[in-house]
Parts: sequence; C-alpha cells; structure tokens
Amino acid sequence: MSSPAITETKPSPPTTELMKVKVDGKEIAVPKTTPDPITGKPVATTMIQACALAKVDVPHYCYHPKLPVAGNCRMCLVEFGTPALGPDRKPVTNPDGTVKISKSPRPAIACATPISPGMEIYTNTPGVKQMREGVLEFLLINHPLDCPICDQAGECKLQEYSVDYGQATSRFVEPKVHKPKHVDLGPRIVLDDERCILCTRCIRFTRDIAGDDALGIVNRGSYNTLSAYPGKAFDNNYTLNTVDICPVGALTSKDFRFKMRVWFLKETKSVCTSCATGCNIVIGSREEKVYRYEPRENDAVNACWMCDYGRLNYKWIGSENRLTEVRIGKSTSTWTAALKEISEKLGKAAPGSVAIVASARQTNEELFLLSKLAQKFNALTDSVPRMKEGDKLLLSADRNPNSNGAKLTGISPAQMGANLPKIADRIRSGSIKTLIVFGEDVTKHGIGTDLLGKLETLIVSDILPNPTTELAHYLLPGCAHAEKRGSFTNGKGRVQRFMKAVEPKGEARPEWEFLHELVYQVTGQNGFASIEGLFNQMAREVPAFNGLTWAGLGDTGASVPI
Amino acid sequence: MAQEYRLILKYADEPGYTPDLDCYLRHGGYEALKKALAIQPRTLTDGKTLSGPEQIRDDVKLSGLRGRGGAGFSCGLKWSFVDRRSGKPIYLICNADESEPGTFKDRQILYKDPHQMIEGMIISCYANDVKLAYIYIRGEFPEGARILNRALNEARAKNFLGKNILGSGYNLEIHVHRGAGAYICGEETGLIESLEGKRAYPRIKPPYFPAVLGLYQCPTIVNNVETLCNVKHIVAMGGAEFAKLGTPNNTGTRIVSISGHVKKPGYYEVEVGKATIGQLINDFAGGLWDGRKLKAIIPGGSSAKVFKAGEKFKLKKKGPDGKDIEQEVEMLDLPYDFDSLMAAGSMSGSGAIIVMDDSTDIVEALANISEFYAHESCGQCTPCREGSLWMSKALHRLTHGEGRKQDADYLVKIADNIPGGRTICAFGEACSWPVQSFIAKFKDEFVAKGEADEKRRTAAQVQGAGLTPELKIAASPQPS
Repeated sequence: MSSPAITETKPSPPTTELMKVKVDGKEIAVPKTTPDPITGKPVATTMIQACALAKVDVPHYCYHPKLPVAGNCRMCLVEFGTPALGPDRKPVTNPDGTVKISKSPRPAIACATPISPGMEIYTNTPGVKQMREGVLEFLLINHPLDCPICDQAGECKLQEYSVDYGQATSRFVEPKVHKPKHVDLGPRIVLDDERCILCTRCIRFTRDIAGDDALGIVNRGSYNTLSAYPGKAFDNNYTLNTVDICPVGALTSKDFRFKMRVWFLKETKSVCTSCATGCNIVIGSREEKVYRYEPRENDAVNACWMCDYGRLNYKWIGSENRLTEVRIGKSTSTWTAALKEISEKLGKAAPGSVAIVASARQTNEELFLLSKLAQKFNALTDSVPRMKEGDKLLLSADRNPNSNGAKLTGISPAQMGANLPKIADRIRSGSIKTLIVFGEDVTKHGIGTDLLGKLETLIVSDILPNPTTELAHYLLPGCAHAEKRGSFTNGKGRVQRFMKAVEPKGEARPEWEFLHELVYQVTGQNGFASIEGLFNQMAREVPAFNGLTWAGLGDTGASVPI
Repeated sequence: MAQEYRLILKYADEPGYTPDLDCYLRHGGYEALKKALAIQPRTLTDGKTLSGPEQIRDDVKLSGLRGRGGAGFSCGLKWSFVDRRSGKPIYLICNADESEPGTFKDRQILYKDPHQMIEGMIISCYANDVKLAYIYIRGEFPEGARILNRALNEARAKNFLGKNILGSGYNLEIHVHRGAGAYICGEETGLIESLEGKRAYPRIKPPYFPAVLGLYQCPTIVNNVETLCNVKHIVAMGGAEFAKLGTPNNTGTRIVSISGHVKKPGYYEVEVGKATIGQLINDFAGGLWDGRKLKAIIPGGSSAKVFKAGEKFKLKKKGPDGKDIEQEVEMLDLPYDFDSLMAAGSMSGSGAIIVMDDSTDIVEALANISEFYAHESCGQCTPCREGSLWMSKALHRLTHGEGRKQDADYLVKIADNIPGGRTICAFGEACSWPVQSFIAKFKDEFVAKGEADEKRRTAAQVQGAGLTPELKIAASPQPS
C-alpha cells in the first residue's frame, strides 16, 4: 500500500510556473510540473498532459494518469518540434519574426516526453496518423477479434481506435499466436491472454497502487503472456480495478462477465456505501436491476479506484427478500393510512418518551429530518457503529458510509452507540414508550426483542427483514441508495451526492420523502418536498453544512470541517 | 596490402600467452593504471585546476574513441553526460553481453586477456569516480565468467582492485554478473534492468538516460569490452597519440569479426578506416571459397543493412581545397570505418562482417536473421513485439513453399512500421533493417520465389493433388 495520500483531500498544489507550448498550432500555457501519480512530487509535465489541457485527445493504451508511465504501447507517438537554436544557443527567428522551429526527425511518445518552452506538438499530421494505424494493426494481428462474445465490447479501446485508425480488411495471412484462454487468475478475475495487448496497466496497478506485486509477464516477444506467479492466486481487495483499467477484454470480472452487454447499461453517478470512504462510483443498471459498480474518478476521495468488497456489495439491492409492503402490525396497509396513524400517535407522545435509532447508512437529508422529529420530542437518539479492520488505501475501518452525517445532524453522539444502552435502560424502565428505528436491527445492539415487546409503539423503516422489522407496529419499506437521491458525509468530511439508478421495489419509498411528510404532520414545520430544497434547507440549518448547496456539490462533492 | 594493427590483441594470440596476472604483468600489465593513478592535478592558465580523473576524461575525449559495442557513440561524450552533481554513486558497467550474430571479438579479449579489460575498466572507473562496477557477461560465456572472476581475484590480491588501490586512496570493487541468455540484455538499459534482477525490458528514454537515471536510478556508464580496453591504451600512449591511429573521427583500432563464405573466417584487428571491406575480405579473410562469387555482405552484425556485391555509393569526401567532393565508391572499396559505412546507408555496428557468396539463397538468409530477431524481441513494445514475429512468419512461409508474389511488398510494409523511433529501443531497427535492405536490394529474388510457389500450387490444384492456390499455412516458429 504505497499510496496512502489518495483518500485525502489534498491542499491545492502551490501555483506552479507556466510554460507556453503549442498543440496542433494552438498556443496554451501549461504548468511546468505536474504531481507524480505515485509520489505526489512535482515532475516535468509531459506532452500528453499538455495535450489534455489543450483538449486534444491523444490515443493511448498503456498510459494511465494515475499509474507510472510505461511507454510500451506506442499508440501515443506524436511528432514535435522545439525552437531552433543558433550557435549562440539563442532561438533563431524566421524572416517574419516568428520563432523558427526545428522539427524532431524522430517521433516521441507523448506519455513520457517532457514538454519544453516553445515546444510544438503535432498530433494530427499524416505521419502521426500512419504511426497510429501501424500500432493498431500490430495490436490486432494476434488479437482473437472475438468482439461478439467479448465482455469489453462497447468499452474497448481497440474497438474505439479501430473506428479512427483501423483498416476494413486485414492483410495478415499468418497463423495467429495462441495463448492461454480462460485463465483463472484469482477468485474474482478471469484472464484471456489472447486478448491481452501487454500494456502492463494491471501489473503497475497492483504493484504500485495496491502494493501487491502479484502480476508479471512470462515468455518473450510475441509470446509474452500476462500471468500471476505460478500457483498463486491474484487475490487482494483491489483486483477488480485491473478489470476497469484493462483497455481490452483480457481481464474480466467473474461477477459481471457474460451478464450484460455494456451498451445496454444505464450509467448513474453514485457513491459506494460499504465504508466511510465513500468511493465515487458509477452504477450500471438496466431495467431496474443493478449489474455492476465501477469507480468514478474523484481525486479528493478515491482517485480512480475502489475496493473489491465495496464493488461487489450490491446484490442485496435486488434481493428477493426486500421489504416491499407498508404494514400496520401484521397486515398490509397503505402509506396514507400508516403515516396518518403514526402522526396521530406521535402527536400524543410526551417529550422524552420517544427514542430514535437511526442508521449511519442513511443520507444526510434523512438524518436531518429525523433530527427534526427528535427535537420535537427531546428524543434520545443514536445510530449503530460498524468498526472493522481497514487498510491504508481505501477501505475505512468505519463501515458506515455516513457516520459523520449522523454526528453533524446531531443524531449520533460523538461516541456513536453511546446512547444505545441508555435507550435500552429507559425502555426497560418504561420512560421510553415509542421507538423509531431506521435501517438497523436493534436486537443485535442491546435492545432485544423483550425490550421491543415492552414498547407501546415501534415504528421501523428498513430495506430487508430482520428481527426488529418482525416486531414493528408500523413497518415502512425504505430504499437502497441506488433507488433514491441524497448525500453522505464521508470519513474525511466530504459531502457527496448520489443519484437514483433504479426504481424502488414494490411500495418502498425514499425515506426522505415520507419523513418529510411525517415531520410536517408532527411538527407543523413545512420543508421542501424536493431533495434539492431539502439539502439547501439542511445546509442553512446545520452549521457544519453552512454554505453548501445541492447544485454546488457537483459530481465530486465538497469538503466540510469535521 | 593492408596490414593488421594489433593494439588490443597484441599479445592475446602469442604462443604461451596465458590469461593469468603474472603473464599480463610480464607484458607490461597494469602500468597504465599506475600511470593513471599518478597523474597529478594540473592548473590551467585560467586558474582552474584539473584533477587526475578529469585529465583522463579529457584525454579520452581527445582520443576520439568511439564505442565499439554497436552505435559508435563518442566515449568521451558519453562520459561527459554523467550527472556528477546528483550526490548519488556513479556506476560503471562493462557490457560483455556480446551476442550480435557474427560478432566474436569481445570473447577473444575476455578469454585470452581478461586483465587488459579489467585494467581499462579500473582506469575508466577511476576517471569517473566510480566506486562499484559490474561486468555483465553473456550467460553463454560460462568459462569467460570463470576467467574473469579468477582475474579479478588476482587483481584484488595485488591491490589493483579493492581498498586504497596501489596506495592511491582510491577504492573500487568489481563484480561479475552473468546474463541469463537473452540478446536484449545487451541493450544498455535492458542490461541495467537485468542487472537489477528484473526482466530485461529496455527503459524509455526520456527519462531513463543511464548517465542520469541508470542502475538503481543512479548515474551509470555502460561501455563495451573493447571500448574499455582502448581506454587503457589511451592512458598508456596519450589521447593525442591514440588519435593518430586510424583515420580522423574514426580513431584507434577495431577488431573485425569476419564470418561466412571466406577461406579464413576470424577476427582481425585493423586501424579504423585503414582497410577497405574488400581488403578485409580478400586480404585478411583469404577471399571467397574457390569458384564462388560475392553476392552480399552484412557489414556490422546481422542487424546492419546488407550491401549487395557491386553496389556503388556516392560519398562526400573532403578535397584538397577543403571543399566536399562527391566520389563514387564501389562497395568493396568502402573504408571499414564508422562514418563511411553510415554514409553508405549501413553501419559498422559491432564490427562483424558476414560474407555471403553466390550460393546463398538470400530469402533463406533473411528468414534466418528474422527468426533470430523474432525470438529475441523482448516483447515490451508493440511494433517490435508484433512486427518481428509477423515478418518471421511471412519469411518462414516464403521459405516453405507457401510464398506469394506480393510477399516482398508485404514484408516491407510491415518493416516500415517498426523503426525510426517507434520502438523503445534500437531493437526495432535491428529487426526491420535487414528486411528493408534485403528486399530493397534483392527484391527480384523474393518476388521470383513467391511467383514460383504460386505457380506450383496452381499446377498442383489442376492435377488434383490436393494443394490449393490458397495458402496452406506453414508451421511457424514456436516459443522456446
């Protein structure tokens, strides 16, 4: 684990000196140095970075902005020139006064070549096009071209660049090199060595980012073959990132392969809920079913990566056991009836007789609304801590996605879980008669079925059944994060919003929606019936969120002091 | 008639000359080292003081010594690129991974006169403030490694190596590292990776120029065996005197390996540029086999571009009035030096001439060379990895009755996409230059072979013999 810094919000880098270069004739000022992806130290800005700043796309396979440069695919070869120097080492000018450029006789790989003052980079010359065509042809001659059955189809860089630089027919008439197929690389990865273009992104990722030097190349020349150490499985908590960065269909996820053609997937920006890091993700879904999570770039949180544990923790969303009915006691009811009865009951509740156990898996907005109810009844509130072993890269020891949200909204005390025994005691003593539980099975946290049985009113909202939902007097089916919008505050104080990917199951409704109704009916306070308005209201009322707006969170969130 | 000039191999082949230290010392060994260590700082007219090592470096620059490994790069210039301000140790590596087909000069030195190389190496290390140096010797030279280790032990015992060498206060250790059998380990950055214990994948330049970021990311000098021997002689005779050997800009001597269809294949040491290719083949190597005629030569190891017998080149030469005059030179009359061969479109490379007579099937010859390069491509970067085997497969087909008349153009188009900075290292050139040059100069033979194959396949089809005009894909080389 060599990269502990990436989960931190880095202070904005000191303003670096700018340097003027020309990309395809367009002059642009670019920083002289750029932070190294691994060490963070300033290193000379490269041509490909300058081109990116100039919004000029340079095709590439092996280059990845978050990995050390390898320079092996040769797809990013460009032509370039530098100011011609006279015998006095001073730039020579043309008759028209412009700086004379001496064009390099040899091309350079844009990914590794540093820029220099006055450099001109040419990315769209016939020579560059010809080099790209040559590299692409070489990459394809031994490639199986099994696109119809390849999982990468639709998001494959070979396909993508074939559109621009490919040939309609192949002139290759020799037998192809055959390599191992369906290699079981580890518990979550299957490798097709024939599709591999040997860019070594996966090797560099697992060596330099994940800190597990598990992959390498064996054999020689065209027979080069990607391999794990013989007899050893490629098995760390970050292996599936290699599937993401594999530009072709060589590394495939056992979980996702052959499940869905990627072009049918709807992509929704979301946040992983499996720990307090809050890795930014894209949810791939189709027809109300979630098929995969993929990391989404956010340098303040997760760079381009996420852990395998978080990535694969989505199947509960589509579980057959989901709570899909509103219930009063054991009978099926309706939202209207249930909310009416709950409002009436709560309307009669005396201050101090209500307690709330919310979940640090709930959104800031939901916790904010629950805090409104709590204020009304001077209720004792808490949520449930989930501490396990973390790692130095992305996995936080805190497995709740929104512990800070629970704390900042006042639902959770500074020591999360400290109020749970008090709630249990007061139920036992009879002073707490109404318990509101959101998204937790309190029977596992010191409030057993015997105590729950003593309550006059047990209002429960959850997603999946558990002993607490079994005993609920009012059961309100809630939503997975993928089924609603909202925001979380991660372990480092990053407030991040997520969007709705799929429709809720059955009668389930986003918690903030029915909580908003309940707060209105119980407290008489009207709030906003939209997530944007609700968030902005919260941002005004909760000091820690002051100054934030829903729109202002953007795709990558905003940091608040915690 | 041109004469051999034995500087480096002066004693190696003398009867009774043995590779041990006593024999070397009897022949004046390590005197140059003593001389080097005794050089006193010299104050220049501008008040600057030049240390002993700096004076040696200047002398090497003055000598005009060019690297004997293949590229012919100025040794003095290479040393001048070394980052001496980084605060990191500077390493020197002797590249003894001699593996270019046709080349067998370094092994003569290593096996017969190891101390000469070690002395040159110690002086070079002293000149560059190197405290730790390595000899990277080809894995297929096991005896060479034993000889070197023995020689290093002898040198250590006599304090030519180790702590406080000959009382000078200078410390140096040299280790022998055996390669594991790959041609690419001779590429200087591949060699460095291999020495670090990794796969010999050549490094990208920039940023990994050995003079700045070499072995263990420290400034590193990589010099060929013969080059390092020359340093000894430069110190012994002085750079200016050394520069008088050979021809301007092509100084010193060169050990030329001559192989192929000649009566006396072998190695011949000559002053650079003082003998022509024709003299080397006919005078030194005894000429072609009786009754044979010259067809082609490869002048600088198998990666160099081929020369066709009778080929003529227009070379620029300085006339008596100092102006350039163009002169037509027949191939055999080319002086065997760095610049003339480069001007003729090829290179003297590792100093190996491969002679092919009129019995040679030029397509077979190229197929053989291509198979070597396909086998030795490290596979790191795309054009070389894919192109080298593609060319080899096509040539394999062409030499196994499955040719097509368009194969010559087909091969050139593949080859054209490999060199010229498209690859990480010069192996891209090494594998594509033979294909480009063989086909450029002997295209008719490639086309004729393809046409003959097509005719035969068509005839066989007419006779119902099963073969079709379509290609029956020939078995191709497999990984070893």
